Amino acid sequence: MFNRRKMLLWAAASAVLPGLCGSVPAQAEDAVKIGLILPMTGGQASTGKQIDNAIKLYMQQKGDTVAGKKIEIILKDDAAVPDNTKRLAQELIVNDKVNFIAGFGVTPAALAAAPLATQAKIPEVVMAAGTSIITERSPYIVRTSFTLAQSSTIIGDWAVKNGIKKVATLTSDYAPGNDALTFFKQHFTAGGGEIVEEVKVPLANPDFAPFLQRMKDAKPDAMFVFVPAGQGGNFMKQYAERGLDKSGIKVIGPGDVMDDDLLNNMGDAALGAVTAHLYSAAHPSQMNKDFVAAYKKAFGNRPGFMAVSGYDGIHLIYEALKKTGGDTNGDKLIEAMKGMKWESPRGPISIDPETRDIVQNIYIRKVEKVDGELYNVEFATFEAVKDSGKTKK
Amino acid sequence: MASILTNLFDGVAYGMLLFVLACGLAVTLGLMNFVNLAHGAFAMAGGYICAVLVNNSGWPFFLALPLAFVGSAAIGIALERTLYRHLYARSHLDQVLFSIGLVFMSVAAVDYIMGSSRVFIKLPAELEGQIDLFGVGIGRYRLMIVVICGLLTLALQLILAKTRFGSRLRAAVDDPRAAIGLGINVPQVFAFTFAFGCGLAGLGGALSAEILGLDPYFPLKFMIYFLIVVTVGGSSSITGPFLASLLLGIADVAGKYYVPKVGPFVIYTVMIVILLWRPNGLFGRTAAR
Repeated sequence: MFNRRKMLLWAAASAVLPGLCGSVPAQAEDAVKIGLILPMTGGQASTGKQIDNAIKLYMQQKGDTVAGKKIEIILKDDAAVPDNTKRLAQELIVNDKVNFIAGFGVTPAALAAAPLATQAKIPEVVMAAGTSIITERSPYIVRTSFTLAQSSTIIGDWAVKNGIKKVATLTSDYAPGNDALTFFKQHFTAGGGEIVEEVKVPLANPDFAPFLQRMKDAKPDAMFVFVPAGQGGNFMKQYAERGLDKSGIKVIGPGDVMDDDLLNNMGDAALGAVTAHLYSAAHPSQMNKDFVAAYKKAFGNRPGFMAVSGYDGIHLIYEALKKTGGDTNGDKLIEAMKGMKWESPRGPISIDPETRDIVQNIYIRKVEKVDGELYNVEFATFEAVKDSGKTKK
Repeated sequence: MASILTNLFDGVAYGMLLFVLACGLAVTLGLMNFVNLAHGAFAMAGGYICAVLVNNSGWPFFLALPLAFVGSAAIGIALERTLYRHLYARSHLDQVLFSIGLVFMSVAAVDYIMGSSRVFIKLPAELEGQIDLFGVGIGRYRLMIVVICGLLTLALQLILAKTRFGSRLRAAVDDPRAAIGLGINVPQVFAFTFAFGCGLAGLGGALSAEILGLDPYFPLKFMIYFLIVVTVGGSSSITGPFLASLLLGIADVAGKYYVPKVGPFVIYTVMIVILLWRPNGLFGRTAAR
């Protein structure tokens, strides 16, 4: 604890010092500033890197001027620690006078910034965090990523319709895992499915062996899995090691587990896993092919769903500015964003005018080998899925 | 019945893995009386060495394992000579602060060089899957861990009990002053022992990548498990940590299988009960130095 505190102090000092030393730059009247708060270090760093990359790519492609205004991105690293997020958001709003705050790798980070967005009356564009309640915490929050309810309810519906009767669930015991489980269960049991075994795995779980053995002995048709993206690989390997793939127990789940970012490292164990998600790098549209090619060329690896969320997030900001003619009034920007529709690399998406949350297609995909690499190949589409997890109906 | 045996086997494999990872710490903590919280960093180093050799340079897995041992041991001896030895005489608090600082540096360094996402080591096909032994599913990889770790334990016990080096080490631990008086080069013995412990951790790290996962946070995430093994086992011999590892491994797997709701707590409950019963651990005695 002592050391963490010390590290925070250092981080705080190094963040404040340049602010004190540098003289206040002449405020360019025609610049629009976007404060981008992402986890660039720590366990969530891959999320931050993907979003940052995607925004850079978008600005390379579309230029950095919108409606006569120059777009300026100020990137801050919160390492997915909500206390940092709050402090950084405050600095960005007060000192840098940003017109947008954006990013937010995890739910607590997005929530920590919500009251600040409300007070400052500036849009908060959430590009990653996926809990339903986020957009309810401030009328200035807009989301371009996804909610767990979207993918978890869809995979539940799909499973019932496709002959899966008995499911054992294995989810990590933290907010997103519990969200995924609840929404899946609701839809799966409502459709007549049966949950035969329910296991919550501790978040810092070293070994899946005993849980997997329990799954195997429960003999379900499929197991519903949600573990943090990093653990997906270990999970799939141990799933195959224990021969669960051969005993006919399928893996289904929300697509986070099979993130494009990690999929190739999982090895052939991942083959055949069926997940529901918003984006696959193998999405067959021309727009996506161009996007994937450009992203690969610029950064050397495949974009995942986080990259697409960042790409769409900056697109939304650009379009909103176009619509207001460069006016940076927060209320006008939010009005402009509501109901906006566009074609994304993931497919057609829009912003729900009521909840300011994203409405998008959810695809059912299966892991297959394409040109020697593993991809989530989409084979069924649920169109224009809204978030069903809102508490205020 | 079959699943009981499979669970028992999984528990033994898990315990063995814990033992190889932690026994180096038992040596530094118990024999040399040095609180080295950075032990996991050496395990991580071994894991990454193995991963880079296998994945990037195409080495066979079984050839990369000894290299993970040698590499971690080399890093260990370099750090021992340059940093650790200055802290032997300092208070435990200084040692804790120093080694935890080392952990944070290793985390940041690996994050910077290798990236923060999980690394997997490409395994040869013969290590994948399960063997069916009279209806009991035995994971091939876990079987290999049991074999390697079992042999290592035997070798360690023999070295400590039967060789000249072993008796020097025991003498150096029991009474360093008398040992120096008898002409034993105590610093050298300790340096070698430290390096050996680091090497074992490196080997453990390479073996555990498949089961525990390997990422830059490894040393922080598993520090607690190493410490549990050493405190429960007592740190004065190899047998103590060995039995403790097996006990904890089996208890952990069984707990998670039979009572998944409270499974994660079983390992801690076992620790508390044992420590209440024997505060110095199963085979404890106070450290000599």
